[in-house]
Amino acid sequence: MTANDPTVKPSDQPSGQERALHTREATNPSSQIVRFPEGAPLTLSSGRTFGPFDVAYQTYGALNAAKSNAILLCHALTGDQYAAGDNPVTKKPGWWTTLVGPGKSIDTDKYFVICTNTLGGCLGSSGPASINPSTGKAYGLDFPVITIADMVAAQARLIEHLGIEQLFSVVGGSMGGMQVLEWAARFGDRVFSAIPIATAPRHSAQNIAFHEVGRQAVMADPEWRAGRYLEEGAFPKNGLAVARMAAHITYLSEEALQIKFGRNLQARTQKTFSFDADFQIESYLRHQGSTFVDRFDANSYLYITRATDYFDMEAEFGGKLANAFQGTKTRFCVVSFTSDWLYPTRESRDIVRALNAVAANVSFVEIDSDKGHDAFLLEEKVLFRTVEGFLSAAAEARGLTVGGRS
Amino acid sequence: MSGAVMTPRQALTRVDHLLISDMVRPGSRVLDVGCGDGDLLELLRELRGVDGRGVEISRDRVNACVARGLSVIQGDADRDLAAYPDAAFDYAILSLTIQATRQPRIVLENLLRIGRHAIVSFPNFGHWRVRGQLMFHGRMPRTDHLPEAWYDSPDGHLCTIKDFAELCEQLNARVESKVAFNASGQKLGTWLPLTAHNLLGEKAVFQLTKR
Repeated sequence: MTANDPTVKPSDQPSGQERALHTREATNPSSQIVRFPEGAPLTLSSGRTFGPFDVAYQTYGALNAAKSNAILLCHALTGDQYAAGDNPVTKKPGWWTTLVGPGKSIDTDKYFVICTNTLGGCLGSSGPASINPSTGKAYGLDFPVITIADMVAAQARLIEHLGIEQLFSVVGGSMGGMQVLEWAARFGDRVFSAIPIATAPRHSAQNIAFHEVGRQAVMADPEWRAGRYLEEGAFPKNGLAVARMAAHITYLSEEALQIKFGRNLQARTQKTFSFDADFQIESYLRHQGSTFVDRFDANSYLYITRATDYFDMEAEFGGKLANAFQGTKTRFCVVSFTSDWLYPTRESRDIVRALNAVAANVSFVEIDSDKGHDAFLLEEKVLFRTVEGFLSAAAEARGLTVGGRS
Repeated sequence: MSGAVMTPRQALTRVDHLLISDMVRPGSRVLDVGCGDGDLLELLRELRGVDGRGVEISRDRVNACVARGLSVIQGDADRDLAAYPDAAFDYAILSLTIQATRQPRIVLENLLRIGRHAIVSFPNFGHWRVRGQLMFHGRMPRTDHLPEAWYDSPDGHLCTIKDFAELCEQLNARVESKVAFNASGQKLGTWLPLTAHNLLGEKAVFQLTKR
């Protein structure tokens, strides 16, 4: 499917070349991987135990002798462990190269940066596309429903495995920000500082609604095959593309859409009086949908959106968000963007109020941006300065010397 | 302070900041409400080694503060102080900010609740220069410390030293110390009566505690 295909057609053939590569990455990733054995399973929020399980991860920079300069990055909904450097699946730069790298705000010359593929993901950590050892086939819907807390529990096992007692910082945007909050709440003494960006302490009805549209689009695609498409050599690419198209709208601000596309026509001077992608915005969304299906597993999309829908720290901690952070020693830097309507500033402010209520050490920056929710992944200089300034001050408080050699 | 040799740091520092710094015990926990660019927090960190936090309404200033490594949140004294627990800080500071709040009385109550001590500095509307302009020109006063025209000024709740002392009485706050100073930054003698401070002090700093 190209950007100019007039309709989202039912797929005739199974996976394309890129998707074959992607499927391989799910079971045999290019990154490092740790398998936690059956004897040491995760106890999931649902009450089920799950194991053995794999955590795939990438690292950047060097861990110092004291193991005190480690930063964990938590990726967003459809992100992966390739935060910096090049992504071997997409061949494009990692998703946070704007912020992470040598000499950047999260300076890999100073800090040891770890990024995991989240539990439920599809680039090497256990997810619905992974092979179920008890059947030898992909889990599909036999994969257990997981939560943000479960994702964090899996990450925590990896951090233990790496022998790191306390992370210098946990940083993430959007769903990654939820993981940051969960880390600070569950493992406060193992988190020296935390930077939750463009996130919320709970998923709103609107957030759930958009996700449900996406899931229904996937499940309505006949190629979904009741979740068993991998076994049957099919893939619900049209449904998943529609899910991505709808979600992508929520990542941008109305203003950004208007500025970037307006009512401009796509490679034509007249409307065609058809259902072609007459408008640039249509073409753009179709392109977003079609490239997404080459790199993401449809069932993973169901599971991970579900995990964020279930996220509600207030409910999780006895009906009061402040309870989650009682007695915390972690230093927080909460960041939101003015034009983010998916996780608006008021939700970050709820986090800040809860942290104030327990007299936590918290900074809160609302950044003026017209780029919507996606601003946290883009060239936002104020974000860079904020993260850099906050981390430098935290490094000083932690007694990290420049170069991370302490 | 005139005549005394000042370090470059002090020469660039607001007099009220130095007076506030004198009141703060080393190593204490401080909340600076309306912290601006974070100069006072930085000063308190350097001179007093405090664990400092700030609240500032201007987004740009908050960004500047966090980029320089200060713990500051974007917020509003009128709206956001209610979330803080009682006695969370040793000192809650309001430096030249109270006159710009919508509800100074409630803000001060919160300050007394959040901090074991509250430190408030404010421009004195009872200063003779202010009185003179009103008396002889019949116009709203404009001085170095009240530079804006009445329609541009953010200061909706100006008061005199006497007015402030009265509000402290009403709120059952004990004045632990108070300092007024003149245009050149000289402290007025504490032996002078309140009336003299009210006439000669351009600004004042009060340290309060809940009785």
